[in-house]
Amino acid sequence: MASLSSATSTPAASSTPIWSRLARSPFWLRIALIAAILLLLEYYGRFHADPAFMRPPSAVVEAFFTSVISEPKIVSALWLCITEISIAYGMSVVFGVAIGLIVGATKFSRAALFPIILLLFAIPQVSFMPLVILIFGLGPAAKIAFGFSHGIFPIIVNVVAGMRDVKELHLRGARSMGASKADIIRHVILPNMVPSLFTGLRLGMTLTLLGVILAELYVSTGGVGYYTRVFAENYNPAPLFALITSLAVIAIFFNEIVRIAENTLTPGKRRAPRIQSKSVQK
Amino acid sequence: MDRSSLSSRSVQWAFLALAAGAWYLATATGSVSRLFLPPPREVFTALVALVQTNAFWSAVLVTASTVAKAYVLALIIGILAGYLVSRSKLAVATIEPVISGLFTIPITLFFPMFILFFGVGTGSKVAYGATYAFFPIALNTIAAFANMEQRYLLAAQSMGGNRWQIFRYVLMPGALPVLFTGLRIGFFICLASVLGGETISSVAGVGRNIALTAELMEPGRMFAWISFVVCMSVVLNLLAFSFENRIRAR
Repeated sequence: MASLSSATSTPAASSTPIWSRLARSPFWLRIALIAAILLLLEYYGRFHADPAFMRPPSAVVEAFFTSVISEPKIVSALWLCITEISIAYGMSVVFGVAIGLIVGATKFSRAALFPIILLLFAIPQVSFMPLVILIFGLGPAAKIAFGFSHGIFPIIVNVVAGMRDVKELHLRGARSMGASKADIIRHVILPNMVPSLFTGLRLGMTLTLLGVILAELYVSTGGVGYYTRVFAENYNPAPLFALITSLAVIAIFFNEIVRIAENTLTPGKRRAPRIQSKSVQK
Repeated sequence: MDRSSLSSRSVQWAFLALAAGAWYLATATGSVSRLFLPPPREVFTALVALVQTNAFWSAVLVTASTVAKAYVLALIIGILAGYLVSRSKLAVATIEPVISGLFTIPITLFFPMFILFFGVGTGSKVAYGATYAFFPIALNTIAAFANMEQRYLLAAQSMGGNRWQIFRYVLMPGALPVLFTGLRIGFFICLASVLGGETISSVAGVGRNIALTAELMEPGRMFAWISFVVCMSVVLNLLAFSFENRIRAR
């Protein structure tokens, strides 16, 4: 953690007591905050909560081992979920970048087609979810399709935005030095697009996850959605929380892959921050 | 309107005409099952019949009031929490990554918990929609107030502005555009998540009716509901954008 190392390595800080240093380090404060919330949940879940609705985190961890990871059917449902997310995201990236490059290619195609893309992006896609299930059936195809239709839009939008926001000065400079159209695309437009592309890839992952999970929960006759329903209807919160937490960990894992790819593939010094406060969704 | 924007407009109209034509042809020739895509005429008559029923308006009312309750909740909690966090640099550095990190996980995952806690009625949808909308509103409130140029605050202080005056004339005008973006994103996430929650598990509302007509295999009525949602969201988006532009222009 950068914040941690900077807090401990500054010479001025070494003379102050360790407690006040820790109290000023955002990283350790964050850990303390999360630990405090978990402790509070543990206390509340153990002594005050109705066990039909809430169980303490320790019981959830126990349920993870006794009734989630030990059930081959649930494990295979989780694996299926991972496969669906991977395929849906792969398709979103390939088609999103391709369509984005076509739409963003010229000023005219941008002016004509970009508003259509933005309009489609603005429609709440959940209203099509029953239709998607009707067309693709109850199996993984519907979840892949729904994840894909969610994930592709932010990728298209950010590819187009990245190609649009090339500085006129850079274009003129390249042209005046005799660059051909292909040279300009290869050496000016594409490198300029990279940060925006990765913003799109990150949002695309978030929305792919959303699409797949929505469809999984809607189809409650099989897969992860079935088990969440069984646990919820039997008032058995510990395995329900454990299953949800496993899915959350899978989501975090997928997000981290994109973030690490962004950090290793982005040229230049600018590292993607863990957080992007201003590039909030949509 | 100059020539280039005229021709891009015509491409957009051509796209619309192409989509409508494809819809008509696909259903007229019978190459697409009526179950997946009913003819435009059938959808239109279903929509006309639908808006004349009381059931339609009561479903719309349920969804609208759910969205309104969820949004107001998210608005109050999100802005308050965001503003309080933004007042300290340490709090921003500590708490903001937690909120934005959580926001990259689909909150939909926790939907079964909302059902468990609040039942299948509107309460679970209010809580779910409010939770989802809280994130963009809180994040944008933090970004709006925390990234204020210190020079402006110092200048206002040195000219003897009191706390209220600084808030009213420096903080608010500077923060408003970013804040409003958060409010817009929050609203549409709230709308989508309430619809999604109704579709997955509920007893009433627009989302419930879309799921129900799909289960009953009534494509005409299902598409009527879907087109209603699509039209409403397009209108609301256009309204929000023009409102946002007006705020920015000031």
